[in-house]
Amino acid sequence: MTLRVNDLKVYYQTLRGDVHALDGVTFDLADGEIMGLAGESGCGKSTLGKSLIRLDSRMRHVGGTIELDDKDVPIADDDAMVPLRYNEISLIPQYAMSALNPTRKIGKMINELLRARGVRPADVTDELHRRLELVGLEPKVLNMFPIELSGGMKQRVVMVISTLLNPSLLIADEVTSALDVSTQRSVAESMVEFRDRGYIKSMIFVTHDISLVYQMADTIMVMYAGHVAEKASASTIINEPKHPYTQMLIGALPEVGSTSTAQGGRLEGIPGTPPGLLNPPTGCRFKDRCPMAFSKCSEQPPLVEIEPGHWAACWKTG
Amino acid sequence: MWRYIGRKLFIYLLTFIVAVTINWMIPRFMPGDPVRNMLSRAAINDPEAMASMTAYYEDLFGLDEPLYQQYLNFWVSLFQGDLGISVMRYPEPVTDVIMGSVPYTLGLLLPAILLSWIVGNRFGAFAARSKALDNTVLPVGYVLTATPYMWIALLLSYTLGIVAGIFPTAGGFSYSLRPEFSWVFIYDLISHWFLPFLSMFLVALGGWAIGMRNMIIYELEADYSNYLQALGAPRRLIRRYAFRNAMLPQITGLAVQLGTIIAGSLLTEVVFNYPGLGTLILDSLENRDFFLLQGILLFVVIGVLIANFIIDIIYVLVDPRTRVQMTGGSS
Ligand SMILES: Nc1ncnc2c1ncn2[C@@H]1O[C@H](COP(=O)(O)OP(=O)(O)OP(=O)(O)O)[C@@H](O)[C@H]1O
Ligand code: SF4
Ligand SMILES: [Mg+2]
Repeated sequence: MTLRVNDLKVYYQTLRGDVHALDGVTFDLADGEIMGLAGESGCGKSTLGKSLIRLDSRMRHVGGTIELDDKDVPIADDDAMVPLRYNEISLIPQYAMSALNPTRKIGKMINELLRARGVRPADVTDELHRRLELVGLEPKVLNMFPIELSGGMKQRVVMVISTLLNPSLLIADEVTSALDVSTQRSVAESMVEFRDRGYIKSMIFVTHDISLVYQMADTIMVMYAGHVAEKASASTIINEPKHPYTQMLIGALPEVGSTSTAQGGRLEGIPGTPPGLLNPPTGCRFKDRCPMAFSKCSEQPPLVEIEPGHWAACWKTG
Repeated sequence: MWRYIGRKLFIYLLTFIVAVTINWMIPRFMPGDPVRNMLSRAAINDPEAMASMTAYYEDLFGLDEPLYQQYLNFWVSLFQGDLGISVMRYPEPVTDVIMGSVPYTLGLLLPAILLSWIVGNRFGAFAARSKALDNTVLPVGYVLTATPYMWIALLLSYTLGIVAGIFPTAGGFSYSLRPEFSWVFIYDLISHWFLPFLSMFLVALGGWAIGMRNMIIYELEADYSNYLQALGAPRRLIRRYAFRNAMLPQITGLAVQLGTIIAGSLLTEVVFNYPGLGTLILDSLENRDFFLLQGILLFVVIGVLIANFIIDIIYVLVDPRTRVQMTGGSS
């Protein structure tokens, strides 16, 4: 599987105008790659995740293409997307805690969903039980209502549901944010396990927790205000970041990579706030906060491959 | 489950006892001498009847007995179905007078409440799914709920009753007829029933339709709907979930509204001079018939309590979450 996103632009339509939440995002995702997606709140991570599977009623595809295995993903055409959803591309939403119908038993809901997608529930029952066990849940959760489960349990149930049909691409949006440190680690580990067992091929793992993503991801992409700032292998991003924003982001971490700092590894400590995306500034969107900004930065820096597999969008790195 | 129902029953029982006690206290602790007052206002000309009534009521109030004894006596006679004798219709027992009016009130209330609820929810659910319908149901619904009840009632009775002359506008049946089981009488009964029913039905309809529409739209925006859509579930499945989940607050809404709906029915009866409990209340007030009034209020309280209890149980049956919470402790 390869995912190729090219100059993707998706805006939110609001009464006050378009919110440029994704304003020309380009990246590739290789077969088997787990890509961590980081960036401050509001930079467009969830928007990117949703754009790969389903645009909600306020989102508008303005430009750019998505290709999955060289086939076009017709994101603007809701009906044409249906065959791809769940089978090829699947999602663990940011709101996984409330993603289950509160008035249906979990097992019944899964069966109804499967049948609606043309899968005989009986054919996947064994697999379902096996995967529940893999994430540390007993089959009896299928007989429960969502309110009977803890947040972490719901998170894992959603994880199993979303991957049940072995999608090529899984988008996991902040699946660990609401969990305690040890549960975070076990959820992250089972996600890697899912990839290793071939339940999913590639994954985009959205997170604020850089030290967690460093341990599990192959690559990390950093976004800033609807743009890609930098993408490279996880170790490159952590150890030799080139983009000033990434550098400050990483510099804000106390001790990257050590297990004890999982909580300390939140993104914080960069002075100033990201620009609003309703009328985004021209030029480099980071220039108001960038210590290295210079005259050229009033033009938008292109995303260039500065060394094999290492992309950055900054006039200083090019 | 049974513990829950038991607890609910206990609360209803308590409410009932309090209501009965207040009911008992009102005529007894009113300033002045309510019995004499009542009897003298009843304007009974026959002195013999007057004397026997006075004796009867003084005995009934047991004024020479201690208060607690009076209170206990009240309960005992209550359980014997004895609510005293009506002053207005002396010597008919209050229970009989009430029982004569109850069928009219129930016959009006039950169809009006249930049909407006069912039809309103249907319309609301339809409106939530189609733009064209939404653009008609919504404004009509708002107009209906915003119109004062009196207005609708008068409008209906003026247009359909007086101008078009299709339906009679007052009474439970024509004075020229005797109650009997014949087609003529049943037809007459229904044509008298229609306008009061329609006015109640219409006034409640809009609120239910708007409520249901908004609830469904809310549910369709809920996280679980979004998740199912992201996994490519067909609209049919998502709508089914949304409809079911939207029903739950509508059921609660019915329970909450019940009290006001019953009050509304009293108004309807007065407007259409319909011979139910509402008209009876008005009459008993005019005639200072406290026993009758006491009896009716008691009856209404019991009715509201029973209806609420039924809705409580239905809610438990349709919302699995309450069931789970109730059994959670024991399993
Ligand atoms: N429904 C919406 N209507 C209008 N604007 C929206 C909507 N949803 C998101 N946005 C805007 O789009 C931008 C990107 O939002 P997005 O949810 O993708 O951020 P994010 O990176 O996932 O943030 P977080 O880390 O907080 O989840 C934000 O500026 C947000 O204000
Ligand atoms: S382009 Fe300029 S402002 Fe933007 S990150 Fe690079 S140096 Fe800073
Ligand atoms: Mg997000």
